[in-house]
Amino acid sequence: MTFYHYSLRFAGWLVAFMGLASAAHAQDDLLGQLEKTAEPPKREVVAATFKGTHIINSQSVENPGKGTMVFLIQHRFGTLNSGAYEFFGLDQAVLRLSFEYGLTNRLAVGVGRSSQEKTLDGFLKYRALRQTTGPGSVPVSVTLFASSALTTLKFNDPVDRTMASRVTYAYQALIARKFSPDLSIQLMPTLIHRNYVATPAEQNDVYALGGALRQKLTKRTALTADYYYLFPGNTASTFRNALGLGVDLETGGHIFQLHVTNSLGMTEKFFVPQTTGNFFKGDLYFGFCVARNFTIRPH
Amino acid sequence: MKQFLRLLLVVLVLAAPRPGRAQGKFMTKAGRVSFFSTSILEDIEARNTAAAAVLDLGSGQLAFAVPVKEFAFKRTLMQEHFNENYMESDKYPRATFTGRFSGADAAVLGVPGSHQVQVEGELTLHGVTRHIATAGMLELKSGQLLVFAFFSVAPADYAIEIPLLVRENIAKTVSIRVSLTCDAVGAPPAGSGSSPVTRSNASN
Repeated sequence: MTFYHYSLRFAGWLVAFMGLASAAHAQDDLLGQLEKTAEPPKREVVAATFKGTHIINSQSVENPGKGTMVFLIQHRFGTLNSGAYEFFGLDQAVLRLSFEYGLTNRLAVGVGRSSQEKTLDGFLKYRALRQTTGPGSVPVSVTLFASSALTTLKFNDPVDRTMASRVTYAYQALIARKFSPDLSIQLMPTLIHRNYVATPAEQNDVYALGGALRQKLTKRTALTADYYYLFPGNTASTFRNALGLGVDLETGGHIFQLHVTNSLGMTEKFFVPQTTGNFFKGDLYFGFCVARNFTIRPH
Repeated sequence: MKQFLRLLLVVLVLAAPRPGRAQGKFMTKAGRVSFFSTSILEDIEARNTAAAAVLDLGSGQLAFAVPVKEFAFKRTLMQEHFNENYMESDKYPRATFTGRFSGADAAVLGVPGSHQVQVEGELTLHGVTRHIATAGMLELKSGQLLVFAFFSVAPADYAIEIPLLVRENIAKTVSIRVSLTCDAVGAPPAGSGSSPVTRSNASN
């Protein structure tokens, strides 16, 4: 072996090494090149501000997507402080069953039946604005909600009860922002209109402002809360503000929501103007909601 | 001296410009990537038509970047779960692959028809990078490079947790299909050029 041979071998290694190095470098370059030519960031809709269409008492800004039907089973037991005789409330229960269907990605319709006052309700929910990221982004999602509820209870009072007198309307603007993947907050200016009230002291129109939040604990569990503040008036001085605290548990196609609240009713006409329980004195109704999604018309 | 001549020859061959466009770079921003999960209880399928890819026929290297949020599902809730729970696409917005292919050099690709290649590289999904190897097909047609590959990945390998309740609904391995039509980079658009490939096709 001569020096000449060694130098040749060295040159060979060098060439091979340089080849490898440039290959490795070229790979990074290729990805870098992809990034450079990537489209400028575009507006993206912020999804899943809340897990379900309901938070606790409140509706959330979420709608079932187009062609999706949600079947909800909502349950509220009696108050926890009703004692052992009532099995701490479990002896009593009110139920609401409802179907919600997404006609489009923005518009949903729903019907429900509550055992409380044998009430039928129907609603429309429209996603007017969706929170987005990217250029020209929208900071909040706004969903407009309108519902009417019809009490089908047989009344014993001698007053002539027309059909119209059995109807109550609820109007809400649900304004929500997902601040992070974990934290979402919603504000809900609310108007409840009751066609019939028993005494002049009761208000036909009740105004309230609701607030709700969702804080995720893990990917599939979250803490929730919602609250309704009644604006001063006869209703506010007789009834209480509705407060609920809960947990969302998500499994595949179901969402389980467990909660305690001082309100027995599960539709706006009950929980906004007719809440009587004192949350901090133990007038807590334990409740749950199971939501099951069905795809009626696949995309 | 013989060795020196041989080395010189190698260097010269490497340095010499190779003919045709077969050595150039090809690129797309609208590649199609779809995946299938088949189980007794449920079939799940999603499509993405916004995959970006670049292939360098000269060096045999390729790179992919797939925006995870662009996968479209038949069921809205599935799509939400895919992004929120499984892929966590806010945290990991892109899936990438970088690697190389072998088995089809410029001369082979010059022949019309599709040619099988071996692909090997690093796949990054859900923040986890793993080495994978698969077969693919390449075809030069009308100045465009057609790319096709079919392979499978196991969600568990990429730290994608599947809750117990839906474990029977989601396959242990998910099949992924890649189908791209890449245009040559820095070359005139297909049809207007005078490359040998275009011409030989036109004469058919």
